[in-house]
Amino acid sequence: MEISRRDLFTIGGKLLVLASAGATIEQITGAAPATEAYQMADHWWGMIVDIDKCIGCGNCVRACSNENHVPGGYFRTWVERYQVGEDQQPRVDSPNGAIDGFPPSTRTGVKSFFVPKLCNQCAHSPCVQVCPVGATFVSPDGVVLVDETYCLGCRYCVQACPYGCRYLHPDTRTVDKCTLCYHRITQGLTTACCENCPTGARQLVDFKNPKDPVHEFLRHNKVQILKPYMATGAKVYYKDLDGSVR
Amino acid sequence: MIPGVDGFMYPNEIELQWGLLIVLYPYITGLVAGAFILASLERVFKVEAVRPTYRLALLTALAFLLVAPLPLQLHLGHPERSLEMYLTPHTSSAMAMFGFVYLWYLTVVLLLEIWLDYRADIVRMAQSTTGFMRLVYKALTLGSENVSPAARRIDDKVGYTVTVIGIPSAFLLHGYVGFIFGSIKANPWWSTPLMPIVFLFSAMTSGIAAVLLLYMGTMKVKKMAIDMRCLDTIGKYLFYTFLIDFTLEMLDLVHRTYEADESFRSLDFMVHTRLMFSQIILQILLGTLVPLALLAANQLWKFSEAKRRIMYVTAGLLTMVGIFAMRWNVVIGGQLFSKSFLGYTTYKVSFAAREGLFTAVGLMILPFVLFVVLVKLLPPWPEREAL
Amino acid sequence: MGLRRIFTDSGHLVRPAVVLLAGIGIFLIVRALIVPKAFGQYGHYRPAALAEIHQRPMAYAGQDQCVLCHDDEAQTRGAGKHAHVACEACHGPLAQHASDPAANVPKLPDVANLCRRCHEKDAAKPPSFPQVVTAEHSGGMLCNSCHQPHNPHL
Repeated sequence: MEISRRDLFTIGGKLLVLASAGATIEQITGAAPATEAYQMADHWWGMIVDIDKCIGCGNCVRACSNENHVPGGYFRTWVERYQVGEDQQPRVDSPNGAIDGFPPSTRTGVKSFFVPKLCNQCAHSPCVQVCPVGATFVSPDGVVLVDETYCLGCRYCVQACPYGCRYLHPDTRTVDKCTLCYHRITQGLTTACCENCPTGARQLVDFKNPKDPVHEFLRHNKVQILKPYMATGAKVYYKDLDGSVR
Repeated sequence: MIPGVDGFMYPNEIELQWGLLIVLYPYITGLVAGAFILASLERVFKVEAVRPTYRLALLTALAFLLVAPLPLQLHLGHPERSLEMYLTPHTSSAMAMFGFVYLWYLTVVLLLEIWLDYRADIVRMAQSTTGFMRLVYKALTLGSENVSPAARRIDDKVGYTVTVIGIPSAFLLHGYVGFIFGSIKANPWWSTPLMPIVFLFSAMTSGIAAVLLLYMGTMKVKKMAIDMRCLDTIGKYLFYTFLIDFTLEMLDLVHRTYEADESFRSLDFMVHTRLMFSQIILQILLGTLVPLALLAANQLWKFSEAKRRIMYVTAGLLTMVGIFAMRWNVVIGGQLFSKSFLGYTTYKVSFAAREGLFTAVGLMILPFVLFVVLVKLLPPWPEREAL
Repeated sequence: MGLRRIFTDSGHLVRPAVVLLAGIGIFLIVRALIVPKAFGQYGHYRPAALAEIHQRPMAYAGQDQCVLCHDDEAQTRGAGKHAHVACEACHGPLAQHASDPAANVPKLPDVANLCRRCHEKDAAKPPSFPQVVTAEHSGGMLCNSCHQPHNPHL
């Protein structure tokens, strides 16, 4: 198709006008202000856990308990110790959720490791599905939360969670669970458990942040989620998780 | 290490969340559905032999339906918020939608059918009684005293339609409770498509047994003669319903044993240890096989009237116990094993706590008290009593 | 004639229908009054819950806060093996101290138990992680008799 010089000038002129108009509009509305308000739509939270880094110190359990006033005997997060014999049948323990760490391992000569557990912040959460009133929900930024003033305490969600991460709070008589320290992450901090993990076994990740290390991490490591056959859309990814882990 | 725990449980799983009261709830709603199905046998399927128990069955259903929400309310952490289930029901939640099924069944099926069938008697009693009871009956007439033959024919037609709608509604009422458990993929003891059907047939079994016992008991108290043809027919339906129920439960068991998936080893161990008494002895042997044998015997041989009455009472009582044990084994059993398949916990029933044994016993007695009140308020056989 | 007869004979059926409709009406009124107005804005829940959870108080300040004042310790730590161990991992939750340092003076950690929790030798810990049998290693002496906690390498 032949473009005449005249057409070129006309089209070029129009483009120039548009470009400068655009630039002017950007000047008027301005670039992002210095302190941004938290926008839920910009985030999609999860966590990565590196099994080979966990030393079972229980710092995460203690930190969570302090940060979130978790009642004794109940756990928003806990650590399990696996001692797996050659038959791949694991012997598992979690003394008081590992809040004081672990007593010495009794079995030697077997494969043993620690597995920190928490709410998997499922994108297709079965616990949210069964709540009769809408007291538990997935926030727009991907965190499964409980509305304390709305929960009836029917415990249907506790039954529906495949991972055992929910409990009935004995004082509020509502269901409670890991909130991924929502009150911290929405203010630019990390979760209490990730902050206090001495080895970096637990790391908070934001899938919507293009600069988040999770993208490289998932590209280069073999990862698993717990109970993938449940198709819950779990967002806690475990690196080097052994097949015997339940 | 941890008292009551063998092996490993996730730390939050050790304490059971749904206890004795949640066992009671499907038991009670099951009785409702079963009693109603028996009533519909006469009304819709024209099994005229069970006519004497028609009104009794409806009153039984109502008495139990009114009590059914109580164990749930006592179980909730915040019963004062329970209205939220109606105000903002989560449509993906079987529990929320069940609230509407319950209301539908209570109002449009049960209360309406009872009102239509009793209307002539209510009007008569509104005219013949005095004082407070007169006010009660007048209120129950809802202001209309039209009991002309034509009006009563229309009552009959509409009542028939209500019963026809009521049968699938009764199925929905208790099938839904089964679905509440059966749809939980996290729990392999509960998660099966058979669950609503097993719940429904065990509900029918327990409901029919309840009406059978209440009929015999009421006749004894009122010193009226038992219609043996009616009783034999109820016994027959109880037998066939129970047979189907037992077949379905055995199907579930055989299927699990054959497929032997990962959960099987853990569940099998649980049945043979934690649930030995409640499942093997109470539910299967005493609660199913013995009553089935007693009822089957009556289908095969003819026994004397006195012997039959004893067999029916025994079968009825054992059936009620057996179906309760079935609810126990489903609800409690589903929480005794760890979702890691690596351990088991124990359920300790408290006595005097809000969800304890005393409360449960009270809640089981209450429907019978309500039943007596209802029978007094709405006598099932006013013509016979007038004689 | 037939139609009027039908109405007369079935007129009483209107009454339970009215009762039912009245019940539904009352329910709808109650619902309009009680249900929070914004319910359902983001999903089937009360959107105000997000703000309520967001506003919960914090117990841990986060090491970026600590470093603002305790620059020296941070420098020492940064040079050693504990570079990636957060301050509060050993010193406990200190948000209160961070907001009013003079009023809330933190206690020093209990060294006897603290270091052991991470560094006591155990078969389940990754072999590359520094761990010792403390009874043999120190013979009962406190860890900080020899090791400087912020930069522990000897």
